[in-house]
Amino acid sequence: MVKVKKLKKTESQFPKSLTGIQGFDDITNGGLPKYRPTILLGNAGSGKTIMAMEFIVNGITMNNEPGVFMAFEENTDELTTNVRSLGYQLNKHVAENNLYMEHVGMDQNENFETGKYDLEGLFVRIGQAIDKVKAKRVVLDSLDALFAGLDHQTLRSEFKRLFAWLKKKKVTAIITAEMGDAFTARQGMEEYVADCVIVLDNRVTNQITTRRLRIVKYRGSFHGNNEYPFLIDKKGITVFPIAVEALQQKISSQKISSGIKQLDEMLDNKGFYVGSSILISGTAGTGKTSIATAFALNVCKSKEPCLFCAFEEAPNQVIRNMRSIGIHLEPLIKSGMLSFYYARPTLQNLELHFISIKKMIKERKPGVVILDPITNLMTEGPNSDIRSMLTRFVDYLKTEQITVMFTAAITVGSIERNPSDEGISSMVDTWMMVQDIELDGERTRSLCVMKARGMNHSTEVRKFVISNKGIALIPIAGRESKNLAAVRRSIKEHENLATTNGSHGPKESARD
Amino acid sequence: MSQKIPKKTNGKAKPQGKEEENYILRLFITGILPNSARAIININAICEMYLKDRYELEIIDIYQQPSFAISEKIIAVPVLIKRFPLPEIRLIGDLSDIGSVLKGLHLIN
Repeated sequence: MVKVKKLKKTESQFPKSLTGIQGFDDITNGGLPKYRPTILLGNAGSGKTIMAMEFIVNGITMNNEPGVFMAFEENTDELTTNVRSLGYQLNKHVAENNLYMEHVGMDQNENFETGKYDLEGLFVRIGQAIDKVKAKRVVLDSLDALFAGLDHQTLRSEFKRLFAWLKKKKVTAIITAEMGDAFTARQGMEEYVADCVIVLDNRVTNQITTRRLRIVKYRGSFHGNNEYPFLIDKKGITVFPIAVEALQQKISSQKISSGIKQLDEMLDNKGFYVGSSILISGTAGTGKTSIATAFALNVCKSKEPCLFCAFEEAPNQVIRNMRSIGIHLEPLIKSGMLSFYYARPTLQNLELHFISIKKMIKERKPGVVILDPITNLMTEGPNSDIRSMLTRFVDYLKTEQITVMFTAAITVGSIERNPSDEGISSMVDTWMMVQDIELDGERTRSLCVMKARGMNHSTEVRKFVISNKGIALIPIAGRESKNLAAVRRSIKEHENLATTNGSHGPKESARD
Repeated sequence: MSQKIPKKTNGKAKPQGKEEENYILRLFITGILPNSARAIININAICEMYLKDRYELEIIDIYQQPSFAISEKIIAVPVLIKRFPLPEIRLIGDLSDIGSVLKGLHLIN
């Protein structure tokens, strides 16, 4: 949950204009400075036009404020088509006289300079536009187009005049530009001209695109100096403040069944605590997804929505695979109880996955979230980033009292270090490990509860069998105990490794 | 209000040739602001001196007739638009640089 700072008395002197852009009004404590011009900087493709358009459209639909959009780069037809995918019906707003769009084209080939001039033509056009719809919001997108054909010095002094003029017109304006001619650090134009400067960034690192928004300046208001990651999807822009999630976590003593009766038995006969975090780790193909889906099935059957985030197998594959063990997921999807989030892990970085997932959580309000597997997301980025992101995500879920289950693929055998574990095992409340073992000359699997905070869990190693009748955890009989000892040894090694991975100081004991 | 200065007719047939083509010019100004005042003076002088008897000049004040600003896509002001002879050319500024005005109007090379 994001805490919105209460406005201090001085801040209330500066009224603000709500943008309606998810997250943005939070990080600015109310939106853009009202009746003042804001400069929105960013390179091509950074999202300036979309943000400006969202500001205008939201002004019409949410605040009853008509708007003007002066487009210097695209013509109005292109603009209308481009934003249709966001669900904006610009033609409707134009017809209802709430929106006025005009293309301001610069045909530099035809221009000869013969003496002094100013931009009054533009002023007249903007003025006409504002009067036509009685606009309260204005966008000029983007000023750079003018720099190609006109004298730069004239332009700069005219822009200063323009900003003052816009203030007098009592409109909240967004003026977009690329970093470059209009606003270079050397000229420092924005310093005394605009009350608010925002920069949009679209970085590509390791072939992953990251969008960030930064409030460079916001006169008269405290603002975070952070860069905030944001997304552009079919609903528009969503900004997420990287604020510390409130650690006001309620602790529940309610339990939720794992969906596997015998597993519940190993967990003090009750299952998992509501709002807790659960980790299932194991080598590839050991049945972690099966356990997760059995849990999901049970959750949905008890009429609690569940969100399954798949990072390896596509949802259809998961559904098909689970069918073969008698777990039928289709009816749950149809009823809306089970939703899938599926994304190829390398498309965005981990942070943005969490942002997208949070969005879905806000929409669907699930009681349980499953991430299968979490290790796929961790191939990029330094380890400490991952750890803090995960911690924040888990904190967020705890605050919302959402139970979360992670599966993690661990590589190779017991002796190797498992960097992909990332110390999650020390962070979660409940940890189960699945292993391939050889029992009586037969390859099979074992499951063991490594830890379960706050409850008396079984320390048994059980045989983990998946058949078309579902999942079973069979106690391993005495005569197989020789192999069992070997299994226990390897489990112990895993325990120790996990502890070493997870702690930065002296070794903690495996059981919290 | 727009001021139309018609070409004075003298009954004679117009001679053929590119240099003798009729010029149709439109000057867009903003009231009595200094740049506009200068532009008016300058254009009149240039027309009388270089285009005598073969020009039509219309002066439009976009404060009075703002719809022209939109229809003619005016940004910089004052601006002189040469409609004919083709190609259409825009000359922005108060026209005090006579050399570039003449170049722009293709009256000199």
